[in-house]
Amino acid sequence: MSIRRIWGTARRILSQLRHDPRTIALMILAPCLLMTILKYVYQNQPQVFQHVAGALLGIFPMLVMFLITSVGTLRERTSGTLERLLILPITKLELILGYAKAFGIAALIQAVVVSSVALGPLGLKIAGSQIMLIIVAIIDALLGMSIGIFVSSFAKTEFQAVQFLPAILFPQLLLSGLLAPRESMPSILRVISDYLPLTYAVDATQKVISGQGSVGRDFLLLAVFLVALLGAGALTLKRQTK
Amino acid sequence: MSAAVRISDLKIIRDKKTIIPKLNMEIEQGQIVGLLGPSGSGKTTIMRSIVGVQAFQAGSIAVLGLAAGSKQLRTRIGYFTQSASIYTDLTCLENLHYFAHILGQSEISVHEVLELVDLTKNQRQLASSLSGGERARLALATALLGRPELLILDEPTVGLDPVLRRDLWNLFHKLADQGKTLLISSHVMDEADRCDSLFLLREGHVLASGTPSALKADAHTHEMEEVFISLVERL
Repeated sequence: MSIRRIWGTARRILSQLRHDPRTIALMILAPCLLMTILKYVYQNQPQVFQHVAGALLGIFPMLVMFLITSVGTLRERTSGTLERLLILPITKLELILGYAKAFGIAALIQAVVVSSVALGPLGLKIAGSQIMLIIVAIIDALLGMSIGIFVSSFAKTEFQAVQFLPAILFPQLLLSGLLAPRESMPSILRVISDYLPLTYAVDATQKVISGQGSVGRDFLLLAVFLVALLGAGALTLKRQTK
Repeated sequence: MSAAVRISDLKIIRDKKTIIPKLNMEIEQGQIVGLLGPSGSGKTTIMRSIVGVQAFQAGSIAVLGLAAGSKQLRTRIGYFTQSASIYTDLTCLENLHYFAHILGQSEISVHEVLELVDLTKNQRQLASSLSGGERARLALATALLGRPELLILDEPTVGLDPVLRRDLWNLFHKLADQGKTLLISSHVMDEADRCDSLFLLREGHVLASGTPSALKADAHTHEMEEVFISLVERL
């Protein structure tokens, strides 16, 4: 494994983003705008804002990174650059880790800006540590990225790739315990949600917000999902076609 | 002289359609070998199988003495694809820096290949704003990085202006003189004369092979187009 090639790939992806200022602006400003709207929608029920906004801090980076990576890797697959790369001395894992590094940095920036806006001017209060909340947001972003890379191999067009958002992420969102506590769900749905990564992402966020409970188990399970999905993502990169 | 590429009894089936029924081909080191034929004749498929990205059902391909697709070949082959495989949202320099980075090549080699394809003045331009010909030259520059021993170039001169085309062919000859092997595909028959030897392809079969002059002498003509037509009519 070569750090040079991983870092080179990350730098290339960040350069691509840099040449696309509109995407950067949307990535950072859209979640801030949504947070602000949320604040005023619930101006008479501040406790609802406190509950939802914190969880959304983890969800936004995941959604954004999912979209960017699924479309980005699909573009790499269809433009021929992926095939071109895989005949060069770079391993699939190095390429995937390059992606993870680049989007991890993008996620960090997004998470810091959006959390600062929410915790600062919008008056979001959390009982746990703010640093911890940002760490959760970054893990969520990496999770969204790894799902994005993985599902992009099942899409032939960008239209299809984007449709995986409602197909793959929204069901997880519904079952994650964000909208309704998981304890109140029918047991079959609760069992299904036990196997979905988003469940643990939301759980970790809620623990950090309430300042109660340990996030150790959530982080461990999220790490397992992350490694498995990145590995599966690497396997979907094929050096050879039939 | 040893063969840079040796293809034996190659068979390729894609989507239940036989693309290459049974192909034998030998490409000598230090030569410019032309792969000529209409579109759909299997040129790209053959090139992809030599590079190692096309799976095949039967036969064998030895590239520089190793099985096609071997790990050790990854720094030794330069590949130019028809749809210029470059990042259009990066500048020329950024594109080349990235590929050089992966190949472990220096900054100097980046400027060297930019010079070779005459893109030095466009180096800070985004690839998306380049013309079709300039994009093709950028892709060619990435294939030349690291001075590979074997260059597989899939229609590298399509759509280029005649002066540039001549310059590129001069470059190809210079590379061959240095001992590099070049496999170049084209559907433009008039490029055939610039190759050391040719394979004329149709529907996955080799119609004929040899030096341009020998092929023309056999068909009693001075035009490569005529050679092709007479070979097809003889079938």
